[in-house]
Amino acid sequence: MQLYINYFAINLKSQMQYKVAFFLLTLGNFLTSFVTLAGVWFMLSRFNEVEGFTFSQIMLCFASMLMAFSLAEGLARGFDTFPRMLGNGEFDRVLVRPRGIVFQVLASKMEFSRLGRLVQSVAVFCYAIPNSGVIWTWDKTLTLCLMVLCGSLIFFGLFVVYAAFSFFTVEGLEFMNILTDGGREFGRYPFSVYGRGVLKFLTYVIPLALFQYYPLLYLLGREQSKLYMAMPVIALIFLIPCYLFFRFGLRRYKSTGS
Amino acid sequence: MIALQNINKIFRVAKRQAGFGRAVKALFSREYEFVHALNDISFTIANGEMVGYIGPNGAGKSTTIKIMCGILTPDSGVCDINGRTPWRDRVAHVREIGVVFGQRSQLWWDVPVIDSFELIRDIYKVEDRLYKTNLDELTALLGIFEILKTPARSLSLGQRMRCEIAASLLHSPQILFLDEPMIGLDAVSKIAVRQFIKKLNRERGTTVILTTHDMQDIEALTERILLIGKGQILLDGGLDELKRHAGQRRTLIIEYNGDAPEIREGMSVNEAKEGRLVITLDPAIMAVSDAIAHIAANTELNDVSVSGASVEEMVAALYREYRI
Amino acid sequence: MKEYRALFRIKFIGGLQYRAAALAGLTTQFAWGFMEILAFVAFYRANPAAFPMEFSQTVSYIWIQQAFLALFATWGVGGDAVESIINGNIAYDLARPMNLYDRWFCEAAATRVARATLRCFPVLILAFVLPEPFRMSLPASAAQFGMFIVSAVLGFLVVCAYCMLDYMSSFYTMTRINLVFAMIGDFMSGQIIPLPFFPRPFQAIAEWLPFASMQNAPLRIYSGNIAGMDAVGCIALQFFWLAILLVLGKALMRRSLRRVVTQGG
Repeated sequence: MQLYINYFAINLKSQMQYKVAFFLLTLGNFLTSFVTLAGVWFMLSRFNEVEGFTFSQIMLCFASMLMAFSLAEGLARGFDTFPRMLGNGEFDRVLVRPRGIVFQVLASKMEFSRLGRLVQSVAVFCYAIPNSGVIWTWDKTLTLCLMVLCGSLIFFGLFVVYAAFSFFTVEGLEFMNILTDGGREFGRYPFSVYGRGVLKFLTYVIPLALFQYYPLLYLLGREQSKLYMAMPVIALIFLIPCYLFFRFGLRRYKSTGS
Repeated sequence: MIALQNINKIFRVAKRQAGFGRAVKALFSREYEFVHALNDISFTIANGEMVGYIGPNGAGKSTTIKIMCGILTPDSGVCDINGRTPWRDRVAHVREIGVVFGQRSQLWWDVPVIDSFELIRDIYKVEDRLYKTNLDELTALLGIFEILKTPARSLSLGQRMRCEIAASLLHSPQILFLDEPMIGLDAVSKIAVRQFIKKLNRERGTTVILTTHDMQDIEALTERILLIGKGQILLDGGLDELKRHAGQRRTLIIEYNGDAPEIREGMSVNEAKEGRLVITLDPAIMAVSDAIAHIAANTELNDVSVSGASVEEMVAALYREYRI
Repeated sequence: MKEYRALFRIKFIGGLQYRAAALAGLTTQFAWGFMEILAFVAFYRANPAAFPMEFSQTVSYIWIQQAFLALFATWGVGGDAVESIINGNIAYDLARPMNLYDRWFCEAAATRVARATLRCFPVLILAFVLPEPFRMSLPASAAQFGMFIVSAVLGFLVVCAYCMLDYMSSFYTMTRINLVFAMIGDFMSGQIIPLPFFPRPFQAIAEWLPFASMQNAPLRIYSGNIAGMDAVGCIALQFFWLAILLVLGKALMRRSLRRVVTQGG
């Protein structure tokens, strides 16, 4: 943990060297999710509701998704930029250091400009939490925390998968964007909006709905079962295959060296 | 103790196609070729030895280093370093080695060097007292005290390389791998680094394995040379032995007026231009002095220069000798 | 002109090398389009009367958008230009006897065309054979299709000219990614949601901005949302904005280069 903090400090120090760049990137990141937000706002001011969700309810979903994503992306940037790390040989350095590989990759790069998104998610929460009509008892509060925390871990898992794919192909990685960036973008609406097929896929294959749609139903009082509250925790099982896949990719890297 | 036995490594490489039609074709099918990067490599290095690992580009130097560092797994063969197999006991193994990749940096680019050192200390869990002793000693020997507070990006190549070497030694490794540490260094830094490596080897007994292209590094540093070419160890021995095999050949560069000199047995022409001749000479057949005398007797000379063979030429000569 | 053709060719062939990237890209774009349409289906179901376009028009809009994403996106191309500004290689670029603006424009255009070429056909073919309501429809008439082609070329050029301004901002900020430019362009050109879905006052303003001359114009002309004389007017506006952006870009380039030259790189 101490070491992680030290990595944190050195990353922060590095990025503060370029203040203009940092500021512009933060602003840009804020804007990327702001335009999404504006899109949702425009759509909902025209249609009032979708699949029975109102604007402020959708904002709750939007903010939790955004916060989960920006935490994962900011703190685990090393996996997101992993192809570059492989390309310039930095990864070889990781391999000759006596610490866990996943830990080193995780800690080696942090992107603080992603705060732009984080700030926005906080702002949206400030709007949505009082306006969504949810009565915030302890279980509802816990559910919301689980949505963000477990969501963040699932996105982290997806970044690990992304990194693992880059052991095999550097060019073909774009398709992972549909799961990472796409998860964030389409997660602006509860996943039931996209129909039963998509919802099933996001429940059983890539469990994005487990920390978004189902606990949201619990929050809004549409489902009473505590199972819905625990869904985000169940989703964490997904991390196991992610890690195994990374190990598999690493084995291959060590045998081909490229 | 480092022991490699019958190490083999084959890479599959995609062929890049040139031209428009081929680029389109490559969209659908791609051809591969197999490169035998290491072919039955075996050698042992005792503790405290200093070894120069040389060979032309693409000969397999880096592949061997990567295997010894645990970055790469060979297809077959045994590699035992201090009783461990590098790619199996990665963490325990790398704790005892230090690695400098000459072309890459391990320092954090935008922060003062000392910050990088401190993070490396934490990564290796170096005790404070040991860290302090090591840091003092390394900064003094490498002359980097003044630049510890400078960000790595503002250092000259020579300064940075000295910091890189210090960074690799903060945890007192028993073995130090230096993969082309001298590339691009100015003369002063080169000498400083060489002296340092010598001292490190002599006083701490650190095993040093050095790859380089520079024959002067080898002459200044190592008693033992491993020469690799096309994935095979061509020679394992002292510098004398290398010279005996190939180093006798001399290159004569002659500038003259008028007619070209007559070529005798033992001389072969490498390059011929109007008024300039590059000749490779085998002193076993014809001594250097005889050759110059012979040429001077028949030709109007403007200039003559004699040089020994470079590593590349020696290796080329060994290739001829082994017919590979 | 010959050197630009050669440059275009090199960049184009270079772009074709990345087959895995293309396959991945078109998978992504297909999935992305599909999800977008599903969301619109839900909104249509919620309140069909509030839907400002015909549903089939929206579907065509999205498929063309995904198929030609590489042509119309306001981000993602131009790495070489920005890189050379930042690492100082621009000094070498200036030594060549080519106008730098034209050269970067040409390179970025070629990269975009190469990417789009690899990706558009599979997406379009799939979009035409999908079942309703996901199937893409043909344009209403040959004239409409002709106007789409003209508008698409113009829209593409407007995007390239806009991105040139983005690259040149690197002269001043010295950063690689200027998301600010990209995101404003993205939203105002109808990448996130088509302009007709904007609330009335917003739409009225947005229609006149240069961003509306990017993907908004060709996509809505193809789908028939803008037709007849409106389409002609739209194309005229595209011409206008293209001219403005080109003049502005060239002037800015001269200024920035003067700055580089006086600072010695």
